[in-house]
Amino acid sequence: MNFKQMTKTSRDNLGTIAMLVVAFAVVQALRAGGFVNSHMDGMLVPLCVYATMAVSLNLVVGILGELSLGHAGFMCVGAFSSAFFSKCFEQSMGTFPRFLIAILIGGLVAGVLGFLIGIPVLRLNGDYLAIVTLAFGEIIKNLVNVLYVGRDAAGLHISMRDQAALGLAEDGEMIINGPQGITGTPFNSTFTVGFVILLVSTIVVLNLVNSREGRAIMSIRDNRIAAGSLGIPVTRYKMFAFTLSAVIAGCAGALYAHNLSSLIATPARFGYNMSILFLVFVVLGGIGSTRGAIIAAIILTLLPEVLRFMADYRMLIYAVVLIVMMIVNWNPKSRAFIKAHSPKKWFGRGKEDR
Amino acid sequence: MKMKKLVSMALTAAMAVSIVSAAAYADGTFYIGAIGPLTGAAANYGTAVVNGAQIAVDEINAAGGIGGAQIEYKGEDDELDNEKSVNAYNTLKDWGMQILVGPTTSGCSIAVSEKTKADNMFQLTPSGSAQDCTAYDNVFRVCFSDPNQGMASAKYIGEHGLATKVGVIYDSSDVYSSGIEATFEAEAANQGIEIAVKEAFTADSNVDFSSQLQKCADAGVELIFLPIYYTQAGTILTQAMMMGLQTQWFGCDGLDGMLDMDNFDKSLAEGVMLLTPFAADAEDELTQNFVAAYKAAYDVTPNQFAADAYDAVYTIKAAAEKAGITPDMSVSDICEALKTAMTEITVEGLTGTITWTADGEPDKDPKAVVIQDGAYVSMQ
Amino acid sequence: MVSFLNYFINGLSLGSIYAIIAIGYTMVYGIAKMLNFAHGDIIMVGAYIAFSVITTAKLPAAVGVLAAICGCMLLGITIEKIAYKPLRHAGSSLAVLITAIGVSYFLQNVALLIFSSNPKMFTPIIPMSMMTIQLGSFRIQTISLVSIAVGVVLVLLLQLFINKTRPGQAMLACAQDRGAASLMGISVNGTISLTFAIGSAMAGIAGVLLCSAYPTLSPYTGAMPGIKAFVAAVFGGIGSIPGAMIGGLLLGIIEILSKTYISSQLSDAIVFAVLIVVLLVRPTGIMGKVVQEKV
Repeated sequence: MNFKQMTKTSRDNLGTIAMLVVAFAVVQALRAGGFVNSHMDGMLVPLCVYATMAVSLNLVVGILGELSLGHAGFMCVGAFSSAFFSKCFEQSMGTFPRFLIAILIGGLVAGVLGFLIGIPVLRLNGDYLAIVTLAFGEIIKNLVNVLYVGRDAAGLHISMRDQAALGLAEDGEMIINGPQGITGTPFNSTFTVGFVILLVSTIVVLNLVNSREGRAIMSIRDNRIAAGSLGIPVTRYKMFAFTLSAVIAGCAGALYAHNLSSLIATPARFGYNMSILFLVFVVLGGIGSTRGAIIAAIILTLLPEVLRFMADYRMLIYAVVLIVMMIVNWNPKSRAFIKAHSPKKWFGRGKEDR
Repeated sequence: MKMKKLVSMALTAAMAVSIVSAAAYADGTFYIGAIGPLTGAAANYGTAVVNGAQIAVDEINAAGGIGGAQIEYKGEDDELDNEKSVNAYNTLKDWGMQILVGPTTSGCSIAVSEKTKADNMFQLTPSGSAQDCTAYDNVFRVCFSDPNQGMASAKYIGEHGLATKVGVIYDSSDVYSSGIEATFEAEAANQGIEIAVKEAFTADSNVDFSSQLQKCADAGVELIFLPIYYTQAGTILTQAMMMGLQTQWFGCDGLDGMLDMDNFDKSLAEGVMLLTPFAADAEDELTQNFVAAYKAAYDVTPNQFAADAYDAVYTIKAAAEKAGITPDMSVSDICEALKTAMTEITVEGLTGTITWTADGEPDKDPKAVVIQDGAYVSMQ
Repeated sequence: MVSFLNYFINGLSLGSIYAIIAIGYTMVYGIAKMLNFAHGDIIMVGAYIAFSVITTAKLPAAVGVLAAICGCMLLGITIEKIAYKPLRHAGSSLAVLITAIGVSYFLQNVALLIFSSNPKMFTPIIPMSMMTIQLGSFRIQTISLVSIAVGVVLVLLLQLFINKTRPGQAMLACAQDRGAASLMGISVNGTISLTFAIGSAMAGIAGVLLCSAYPTLSPYTGAMPGIKAFVAAVFGGIGSIPGAMIGGLLLGIIEILSKTYISSQLSDAIVFAVLIVVLLVRPTGIMGKVVQEKV
């Protein structure tokens, strides 16, 4: 198809994908040339994790129009289930198939949970839905923290009480050790794997938006009652979008888990704080824009790291920058100002107004 | 949309700058880095580590450095998060770090040890107490391990006949606290101690302890074991006082620092026993000098985190001089030399006389102290 | 039975604190239609102000409480003017929620820089000798009685204020329809400022009461009670002031009883599970109004 004949949205989507591919190519070239320091090199996988989470949450908040404050819970489930699988089969399977299956398991388990949670949650609306997702996220984190799983010759032992209750044999090995979580997950996540997960999630979501289903989902966002009266099965589409979002979050969790040797469900990592951070990505990115969410995720993940030279004032400056960015991006007046003074105008008709 | 582009460009520029500035120079100084939570709910622990190490570095530099070479020192924030801790490690590596003092906490220590192992960098964690922290041969620690503390506590209570019926209140969402609790429980059985009440709290519900205390009161325990950090201990003791609960209290090194909380009513802590390697009011010259210097610099009394970090830096000095390393050696060569030297040195530190085994564990005696009139008094 | 009552009273104590925080939360939500995630941190600021006045400056407790109330009031108004007002017409209510989170980070980090991370022990505003009241075999903390009393008085006063005074009626009007209210000559800006002033003043009171009952004070003291109070406000039906009171008390009781009788490790999960069940049965909380949605 000719580029000019494509619809505006298709071109826009292609632009998003091109942006990702170009960014990946540039970073890989820089790495090959030895221009990337360890700090930024170490940030690459986390960037992919957070960008993927932004894509995932944008599907629920921006496209479905429901506020979820529990997405860190799905990430948590994906991380623990995939790390659990990897720990169990580390010796008996090759790295590539094992890691691939681990990612799929992370996505699948999170997806099943998303489906189950979606059944009660999606009956609610607005802030009440948000608080119930927050509640589920906290429940998941709490349960993971009391989960003890060990393995010995007799098989798997599971307890919700403590390590001693497992009755593990002498040569047994703890896999999930309550609050100490999973230690020694194989280090498999690479930038390439992270990029592929991000790219696939993005393509899936962008394609969905442009499909019949996507238009149905967006009609629910714009007016649920009107959509229902037109014969759109509201609940089914809501469930579909929510579950898909959970699957993507689970894959991001798997990526996260295989990037660190110690996986702990701390409040700051998998609690409501993290869920809110994902929401910040989506809102700063302009609610509904997948590209915006990815860019916001990258900026906000890099910001505290780039600010390390500020020492004690680092997180203070981060807070100020966040507030200022929000106001600049969302205040109607500053939006009008930016639009009026956009450099795009200087270039005349070369670029069309978006 | 334009604004975002501007911000992203600014960030890209900042990244580019940080890439350029990332060269380590061999300029005749040792580069030592420290990592700990400097913001967030655990900030007081990480701040103590980073500041404690700073005091030691300043002293060593003033006294001529390590084998004549000065130390360049920097502490980075990890917000008590594994991923951020690895980021902090990478930042320090770019800065030119050759030896790592840290991270402060167990989970972060485990996550970072994977990286130091890959780089073969020498890592000495002042306070990463979980068993798995020292899984690799390049990682050593200054503090007692969690199993070690749980064991020692149960033994002390059993051997001194303090109590046969005890209650435990611990933080089930914390690696340190639950680690000690598990071994305490195992060893208590051997010591003939009955754990009548075992109650947890979590990071999300650490405001009120009345139900845990009430359970201990109802069960009539003779002693309550608190394998927790001092932050919560103040509230626990206050609530126990308000309930009129009379019992004995026993804690681990995490309780150290309690007496120095701003405006803490020291009479609440009367009779609390703890196993701690460090006492800020100890009479010896080493401790007194350290406490005076720390107070002058940071306006607070140091706790055991600060003392562990101080000892860590002096341990590195001792090992470095034993091995005869110089700043121009590679990170990996320094690590190999220090690894061997660590098992050969004895350090007279703030936290006791320490020797190390090759698996990274320190060998030092825990000191049991009891709080009397707002000060530590040694127990035997 | 005796021990059950003891646990129940403990739950009531904790719940009374949640209730006071929740009242401020729910009030701001009802009128400004925003979840003010910085509310918990205003509590923390209030507690630090009171601490500085009572313990550092050695002034009487009453002065400390007054200073905390005034300080928080000013802080609340300032935050609203600088951080929230520019986003009032932003088109999405989420934008201002995110800014509130930014404000929350900001307050925590300012407190961290000023007061350092080392926790401080708050001096209770009630003298040591009067901390508990013995009733037969029960001991009740005076501070919980005070909290409950303050809570009830605040609810009554607020109800009176809202229903009987002109500024209160203006608040109701703004809550219903801002556009129509301004056409009727009501100053929407003034009314929202007033709401933040009252809500933040209550956060100041809550800070003093919270730290009098649970004396450990750090820059992160407000965060968790803040989110718990948010849950309590939703329990009761967000926007409803008596609902917040009931929700807070219920939350405290459920938390303590689940810790006691089920599992102290799982109490967080149990509290949230109860919340979910309540919302599924009554989707707008216990006292919340069901609003018929129209196309």
